[in-house]
Amino acid sequence: MRGIIGAGGYLPHWRLQRSAVSAVLGGAPGKGTRTVAAYDEDALTMAVEASRQALRGQEATPTSMWFATTSPAYMEKTSAPIAHAALRLPADVAAADAGPGLRGAAMALRSALKSTESAVLVATGDVRTGPAGSPDERDGGDAGAALLIGDDTAGSLIAEYLGSGSATREFLDRWRAPGELRTHGWEERFGEQRYAALAEAAWSSALSDAGLGADSVQRVAVVGPHARAAAGFSKKLGAAGTEVIDSLAGSVGFSGAAHGGLLLTHLMESSSAGTVVALVSMADGADVFIFRTTGVAKASYTVAEQLAGGDDSLTYAKYLAWRGVLPMQPPNRPEPARMSASAAERRLDWKYGFVGSKDRESGALHLPPARVSFVGGATDEMDPAPMADIAATVATFTVDSLAYSPSPPVVFAVCDFDGGGRLPVELTDVRAAEVSIGMKVEMTFRRIGTADGIANYFWKARPAQGSRGGA
Amino acid sequence: MGSHGIKDQVAIIGMGCTQFREQWDKGTDDLMIDAVGDTLASAGVAKEDIDAWWLGTAQSGMSGVTLAAPLKLQGKPVTRVENYCATGSEALRQACYAVASGAYDMACAVGVEKVKDSGFQGLNAFPIPHDGTQRSLTAAAMFSLVAPAYAERYGVDPTELRRVLARIASKNHYNGARNPRAQFRREMDVDAICNMPAVAGMLSVFDCAGVADGSAAAIVVRAEDAYKYTDKPIFVKALSFVAGNGSGLLDPDFDYTHFDECEMAAKDAYSQAGITNPRKELAMAEVHDCFTPTELVLMEDLGFSERGEAWQDCEAGVFDLGGDLPINTDGGLKSFGHPVGASGLRMLFECWLQLRGEAPEDRRIATADRGLALTHNLGGYPGEMVSFVGIWGSELS
Repeated sequence: MRGIIGAGGYLPHWRLQRSAVSAVLGGAPGKGTRTVAAYDEDALTMAVEASRQALRGQEATPTSMWFATTSPAYMEKTSAPIAHAALRLPADVAAADAGPGLRGAAMALRSALKSTESAVLVATGDVRTGPAGSPDERDGGDAGAALLIGDDTAGSLIAEYLGSGSATREFLDRWRAPGELRTHGWEERFGEQRYAALAEAAWSSALSDAGLGADSVQRVAVVGPHARAAAGFSKKLGAAGTEVIDSLAGSVGFSGAAHGGLLLTHLMESSSAGTVVALVSMADGADVFIFRTTGVAKASYTVAEQLAGGDDSLTYAKYLAWRGVLPMQPPNRPEPARMSASAAERRLDWKYGFVGSKDRESGALHLPPARVSFVGGATDEMDPAPMADIAATVATFTVDSLAYSPSPPVVFAVCDFDGGGRLPVELTDVRAAEVSIGMKVEMTFRRIGTADGIANYFWKARPAQGSRGGA
Repeated sequence: MGSHGIKDQVAIIGMGCTQFREQWDKGTDDLMIDAVGDTLASAGVAKEDIDAWWLGTAQSGMSGVTLAAPLKLQGKPVTRVENYCATGSEALRQACYAVASGAYDMACAVGVEKVKDSGFQGLNAFPIPHDGTQRSLTAAAMFSLVAPAYAERYGVDPTELRRVLARIASKNHYNGARNPRAQFRREMDVDAICNMPAVAGMLSVFDCAGVADGSAAAIVVRAEDAYKYTDKPIFVKALSFVAGNGSGLLDPDFDYTHFDECEMAAKDAYSQAGITNPRKELAMAEVHDCFTPTELVLMEDLGFSERGEAWQDCEAGVFDLGGDLPINTDGGLKSFGHPVGASGLRMLFECWLQLRGEAPEDRRIATADRGLALTHNLGGYPGEMVSFVGIWGSELS
């Protein structure tokens, strides 16, 4: 039996109230919130965070992984190997991008479900935005989602795969050239009708593939960039007696390549055992996937919990600055130089995997990894010490208004890890006034900055889930 | 094996120091030519008399040619050294050892930094290719980590600590106001400093060293030759140096309320000089007050105050110009300014003036008859620093 072994959704900490947009730009008062990737997050970092959730505690290791987004850091360079490194996947795990088009995420899921490989990771993430006042800015959302697909021999299934259907017919609805901020759209009515037909075809095909009648599917998530088309098909399914779950348009927004995985994860997390659930994805074609939940629960930070957390006090000005729509004056300090490719590769496990070293004799932890121990001085007597999932405590901290940062000030703390090890490191997803000595923090994979077009990734610490009210 | 020092083996016979400030009209060459000229005149010797040179500069030039070319030295060895912000002391240390070894009769240590040509405020390190995981904090922020840790450990109210730090800055401004070579010559009262906006932790710009261009130099000869050149030489009593291994950044036991490297360097220096009670035996000390919390912690690391008590001693005025142990009587890095490679030699220059009774009357110390002065010069950050301690005396013992 094939199915879903692990699933993880990731919602960034920051939320923008849509009323904050209309308060500045005018127009009808916006309703609800959208999620916002922080200045140090991108599609890849959010896919990594979601993947960490999906892989946490799993015995299964994927033999290949896909990364899908419409907002990649690179055009020429493949991004997936960065996630591969951050997740510390073995070298024989193939990693490639499924994209950059919006349908890549659904196709990666489809190929994973139909693959003969024991386990395949489908990691997705997207940063959705547009010019100030655009529908994409208002209705988009930023998120990551990851699904570990595989055989039940590789790991216990949280949902069994029952069948899928797909429909493709070329038509032009939405497009965005490389480097462009704005996504253009054709007249709405045209796409609405094309999508309706495609979704219907894929739905019938999936039911047939699963050997189910329409009334057997109990709960469905419908996702797509064309809100009216998605709403139309949702209405049709609802009228036929199927429960269509909230698209999270009012709280997250449409999170592009991540939205299918995010809603499917949410759907499984919120369904009782034995529920037949389906994902309908309408993006440059239509794809339908049908599963039955098993009731196997896996430790993760659920989408519902993340929806309840976060900080929605982000100002619209800061949102615009973070997305580069509003150029801001940086501190008058030299911009950081680009990283060295060879230096980064030599330190792959540290930079991407957050693996330190542990002295076998004294047990002393070294972050970054060292060859000579600071306790006892033994040389090359170290074992790797993966630290990404270890919590830490703030020993002392500061707020630096002078240092160069894409979003000053820099909040920085000396963090002592549970069980040993220390790293002075930048904090993120935090207000300076929230930080105190003794605060619990956890590590998160972030994009530190960009220089010469090179996206520089490393880890930061953020307040541990549950260490602050509401999150 | 051991650290034995070169107590009373070498002496300083001449010194010079430029003004420290934004010297838009002077380049690195000008600064060195001026400082060396004053130094040679002070000793009454010519540049041809110098057998070997050491040049300390953090990033204003590379190699000995940086000094040899502008001074047009003829066939002399010039060694450029760098050791973070302790670069000037490192040049001096090497010159002293070279003379003590017998290799040369007369050596000159020169420190220089031209920091104001970068186009940015503050000090900016030369970028070395890296893996992209390094910290990007300013030095002010790295040292500001000390303040909350100190307050937490010793139960000092943060508002109280803020006033103590301001008092340190205010003291150094008071001293610097009496120093024509200093960058900042305006007295600042404690309230005004407390009211400045914070830029790094609880620190404002008035808790930070001045950033200045400048140069200073010293001439070293064997002790037995010293009186040929001056009737008031300054003798080397101790030179110590510790390069930290960075374990403070790795070790959760390091609590950011002290600097091991400084404590170790001081211990070695006191042993070399035979000092057992520095607070009572020293006439004065020039310490590396790059930021106000640094000076606070140094009072304990150097043994001037008991652990956890420096903040009270600062408030009691122990380290004021007229106090029991005057600290940074020339204004320190705070007020005199900090041209990186020159600072270590600038510290010695103040000891030179005070021990010889040549400091201007309005900042002359009353404790000069103790005959011993200390210079402390560090570089790097809490948890990962280098530290120099030198002890200097007006008499052979």
